[in-house]
Amino acid sequence: MSNYLKLITFGLIALFAMMAINFARDIGFMVHGIIVLLVAAGMFMYTLRQTEASAFAGANPNEYADGVVRAGVIATAFWGVVGFLVGVVIAFQLAFPALNFDFLQGYGNFGRLRPLHTSAVIFAFGGNALIATSFYVVQRTSAARLWGGNLSWFVFWGYQLFIVLAATGYVLGVTQSKEYAEPEWHVDLWLTVVWLAYLAVFLGTLIKRKEPHIYVANWFYLAFIVTVAMLHVVNNISIPVSIWGSKSVQVFSGVQDAMVQWWYGHNAVGFFLTAGFLGMMYYFIPKQAERPVYSYKLSIIHFWSLIFLYIWAGPHHLHYTALPDWASTLGMVFSIVLWMPSWGGMINGLMTLSGAWDKLRTDPVIRMMVISVGFYGMSTFEGPMMSIRAVNSLSHYTDWTIGHVHSGALGWNGMITFGALYYLVPVLWKRERLYSLSLVSWHFWLATIGIVLYAASMWVTGIMEGLMWREVDANGFLVNSFADTVAAKFPMYVVRGLGGAMFLAGAIVMCYNLWMTVRRAPAKEASLSVAVPAE
Amino acid sequence: MEQYTFLRQLADSWALLALFAFLIGVFLWVLRPGATKQYRDTANIPFRNSDRPLVAKDDALTATPKEAGK
Repeated sequence: MSNYLKLITFGLIALFAMMAINFARDIGFMVHGIIVLLVAAGMFMYTLRQTEASAFAGANPNEYADGVVRAGVIATAFWGVVGFLVGVVIAFQLAFPALNFDFLQGYGNFGRLRPLHTSAVIFAFGGNALIATSFYVVQRTSAARLWGGNLSWFVFWGYQLFIVLAATGYVLGVTQSKEYAEPEWHVDLWLTVVWLAYLAVFLGTLIKRKEPHIYVANWFYLAFIVTVAMLHVVNNISIPVSIWGSKSVQVFSGVQDAMVQWWYGHNAVGFFLTAGFLGMMYYFIPKQAERPVYSYKLSIIHFWSLIFLYIWAGPHHLHYTALPDWASTLGMVFSIVLWMPSWGGMINGLMTLSGAWDKLRTDPVIRMMVISVGFYGMSTFEGPMMSIRAVNSLSHYTDWTIGHVHSGALGWNGMITFGALYYLVPVLWKRERLYSLSLVSWHFWLATIGIVLYAASMWVTGIMEGLMWREVDANGFLVNSFADTVAAKFPMYVVRGLGGAMFLAGAIVMCYNLWMTVRRAPAKEASLSVAVPAE
Repeated sequence: MEQYTFLRQLADSWALLALFAFLIGVFLWVLRPGATKQYRDTANIPFRNSDRPLVAKDDALTATPKEAGK
C-alpha cells in the first residue's frame, strides 16, 4: 500500500519537475528541474520494480543499521577528495590567474569555484562525516538500532541530492550571496526536509535507547543537529521572486541581514564544525585509546559552556562596520570567554591518553586524532585572539583569516574525520585490521606538513598584507596600492597551493588504504559467516 | 517599538539572569556528591554493546567495561 503512495508521490514530483523545466526562468533552475526529474523518475522505477516484494523487507532488530554508515563513510571519502581537489585548483588560480581559463569564464573561474570548494569540504565532506559517525555512535552508545527504518537512508540520499543541487547551482550562478549559505530557496527547503528527518532519526534512536544515560557524544551531536536546523531556517528566510525561478529576496536587510548572516556563519563554525566534531572526539578517541574519557564531569561542563557561549560570538565578524559597538563588543567578549570551554575540551581529549601515551608511538591513527585535538586547541586560541577589535583591524579581510580557518578545518575537522574513518572501516567491513599502518603514517605526515605549509604561508602573507594596507608615508598618503599587495603575496600563494596539494595527496593515500582494507585485509573470523542484510 | 523595548529589557535582565543561573546550576549539579561513581559508569558506555543492540535479555553485554584504574 505504502508503495502505491510512494509511486504517486514520485510521479507528482516528476510532473512538477517537468513543469519547472518548461517554465524555468533561469538555466540553473532548469538544470535543477532536470536533476529532480531524473531522481524522481529513477525512484519511481525502483519502487515500481519492488511493489510486490515489500513483504519480507523487515530489518533485523538484533543488528545495528550499519549499511547507511558504510555508505556515509564512502561518501565522506569521496566528497573529501573532490572538495580538497577544488581547493587546490582555486589555490593555484589565485597564484596563477591564467588558470581562470577563458573558455570556462562564468563557470570555472575562481568566483564560481570558491563556494563549490567551501561547501564541498564543509557540508559534503564534513556533513557526511557527521551524519555517518552520528548514526554509528548513537546506535552503539544507546544500544539500540536506528529508529525509523529506511528514514536514515532517506537522510543519506536526500543529503547527497542537496549537495548535487547546491554544487551545480554554484557553477551556474544560483546563489543568494550569503557565505556558507549560498544555496537558493528551493535547495534550502529541501535541506530543511532532510534535516528534520535526520533530527527525527537521531532523536528516535535516543528515545528508544537501552542505556539509562545519554553519552556525552550524543549531546554534542544533538546540539549540532538542533542548532543547525535553527540557524539554517532563520538565515534563509527569503521570498522567491517566482516559483519557477531560483532568485529570491532576503527578508532581512542592511545591518540586520549582515548580523543574521554572521550569527549563522559563526555558529556554523561553532555547532557544525565544533560541536558535531566534538561528538566524534568524545567517542572515537576513547575507543581508539581503549580508555574512557579523562573526565566525564569536565565533558559536561565543556558541553554546556560551549553551547551557552558560542551562540553570541557572531558579531566579531562585523567589527568596524555599521553594526553597533555594543554588539561587536558583546561578540568579542564572548569569543574570548570561549577560550575556557575550548581548552577544557582540548585538555579532556588529550588527557584521555594519560597512561597510554606509548600508543602515540605505535598507533598512527591515535596520532592523527591527537594532532587534530592539538589543532583544535591552536585554532580556538587563534580565533578569540583575532576577534579582539585591535587585532581584527589588522587581520580582517587578509589571508590570515583564511589561514586560521584552514588550520581549524584541515587540522581539527579533517584529521579527526580521518581518524574516525580509519577506525570505522575495519569495524564496518568486519576486517581484522587496516591494510597498511605505514600508509596511515604517510597520510599523517603529508597532511601535517601540508597544513603547516598552508598556515605558515597564510600568516606571513596575511600580516604582510594587513601592514601594507595601513602603511602611510610622511604626508599621510597610502604607500601601497591593492595590486602591490597582490604582487607581494605571490610566493606565499604558491607555498599555500603546495601545502594543499600535499593534504590532497594524503587523502588519496587514505582512500587507497581504506579501499585495500576492504578488499585485502584479513577478514575478522566468524563474523563474515553472519549474513549481512541487504538494506 | 514597544514590543522591541520590552523584549530588549527582558533579554538584558531576567532572561540573562535565568540563562546564567542555569549554567551555574549545571556546574553545581555536575559536582554533586555521588556523581563521580555514576559518571564512571557513563564514561564506559562506548565499551559496551559495540556489536549488537541490547534486546530484552541482558546477555548481549559483549565488551567488558574498562575502568582504567582511576
